[in-house]
Amino acid sequence: MREGLYPVLIECLQVMTVLIGAPLFAGWIKALKCWSQGRSSAGLLQPFRDLSRLFIKETVLAENASWIFTATPYIVFGSAVVAGAIIPVLSVDLPLSAMADIIALVAIFAIARFFLALAGMDTGTAFGGMGSSREMMIGSLTEPAVLMSVFTVSLVSSSTSLSHMAHVLTSHTIELRPSLAFALMSFVMIALAETGRIPVDNPSTHLELTMIHEAMVLEYSGRHLALIEWANMMKLFLFAALGIACFFPWGIAGANEIWMLPAAVLLLVLKLALIGVFIVFIETMFAKMRIFRVPEFLGMSFLLATLGMISFFILES
Amino acid sequence: MSTSFAAEINSVLAALILLTSFGLLVQRRIYGLLHIFAWQGLLLSISTAIVGYTAGLHHLYISALLTLTIKVIVLPYILYLLIHRLRIHKEVEDMINIPTTMLIGIILVILSYHLMSPIRELSTLVTRSTLAVALATVMLGLLMMITRKKAVTQIIGFLAMENGLFFAATSATYGMPLVIELGVALDILIAAFIFGIFFFQIRTTFETLDLKAMEKLKEEE
Repeated sequence: MREGLYPVLIECLQVMTVLIGAPLFAGWIKALKCWSQGRSSAGLLQPFRDLSRLFIKETVLAENASWIFTATPYIVFGSAVVAGAIIPVLSVDLPLSAMADIIALVAIFAIARFFLALAGMDTGTAFGGMGSSREMMIGSLTEPAVLMSVFTVSLVSSSTSLSHMAHVLTSHTIELRPSLAFALMSFVMIALAETGRIPVDNPSTHLELTMIHEAMVLEYSGRHLALIEWANMMKLFLFAALGIACFFPWGIAGANEIWMLPAAVLLLVLKLALIGVFIVFIETMFAKMRIFRVPEFLGMSFLLATLGMISFFILES
Repeated sequence: MSTSFAAEINSVLAALILLTSFGLLVQRRIYGLLHIFAWQGLLLSISTAIVGYTAGLHHLYISALLTLTIKVIVLPYILYLLIHRLRIHKEVEDMINIPTTMLIGIILVILSYHLMSPIRELSTLVTRSTLAVALATVMLGLLMMITRKKAVTQIIGFLAMENGLFFAATSATYGMPLVIELGVALDILIAAFIFGIFFFQIRTTFETLDLKAMEKLKEEE
């Protein structure tokens, strides 16, 4: 069974979960936000409706847009799907995860960001360039921090393969580990910055001077925009899944544990629902910070990740 | 409570103490600094009590209580009164580049880990792994004294250094003899009063608490 079709099936199931789960997760966050502000929400399925509307609409291309501009939505979407095939969301039994470890995963996200930044500058509008330069500034600060914080988990489990990390963490008894606590705090801060949430970026604004991600994709329309929006929702979903796999992997099905899958799906839904509540809590409590404060915020998360790594050596080895 | 579990809790507390030291290093507001300093004292006192419990040394309970009263209640209160009396209106202090200070801090932590690793090999106590954190706390307090400009924040850095020394004593040898600890506590208390008097003197002479103004005292060459 191990050698047969089973891992491939799991892989397909997981990619489907990411594709469908991401808009649902985004819808859940939006609905929660509406409720917390006393508005009535448009329901969990609203992101699907938005996406299908965008897919039907005509795509308008700028006259001077090069191939980069048209290729970028597919590259961004494709890299999100590949990342979804690597991160153990439901099961650690993923054939593709043997191929790419956590460093490759960060690189995949970096490719998507690189092309998005290029596409932002491609049409030559002022906002696109501004958004690209801001995005790259944030990216250059988050990438070392995200690597440091996940490396701390790698140290604990002595592996950089995500499946193996999740497997090791679930099979150990629960211990108090300050290094993992630091890494988690740092990871939460980075994930907020990477996925463009408050307090770094506001996903629901088109206010010209403060937007970062929205500024880059301002020129997109129709199915291109749909792909980018979908990829963005998947990125949020994947960062949540990455956090779960690194810090709360209990419930992810192990190798050859097909009977665990329903429980894994149920637990995933529960964990994601809780993460949604947490995100909405943060977005309600904090205001978006000034762009010049962002390096300090990300420096803090880098500091926490490094402290996690150091405290593994000092206190736990 | 088993010994290994107590050691685990102690290392978590050590990690939190390290975190508060960094908090002191990057905090801009004076009242925020006072809060973090009080938290550090609280963590220190809990850690001392836990070490006392695992080692079966009852005089450590007394020093934990002493830490609790002096470093969590009395000293922050005195400093609060001082800040209030001195009418430090401008709460926010400009500092040199916080990220750079943080990076220097990280380097200091790695350095103290490196310095302490031979001692760690020799020690047999359950608290041996927290020694490096103690030394790092001392160094971070020193760094804070160097990088800050205002007198009050420098004093908080000094007190944080003393916290680190106390922590080092607990983790290296299960605490100093009670007589010495009482003496140190009294010293700190008196030092706080003297600092207070100094602050007023400095301010009446220079009309500021920024110690840069003291450079005027240099003799012209």
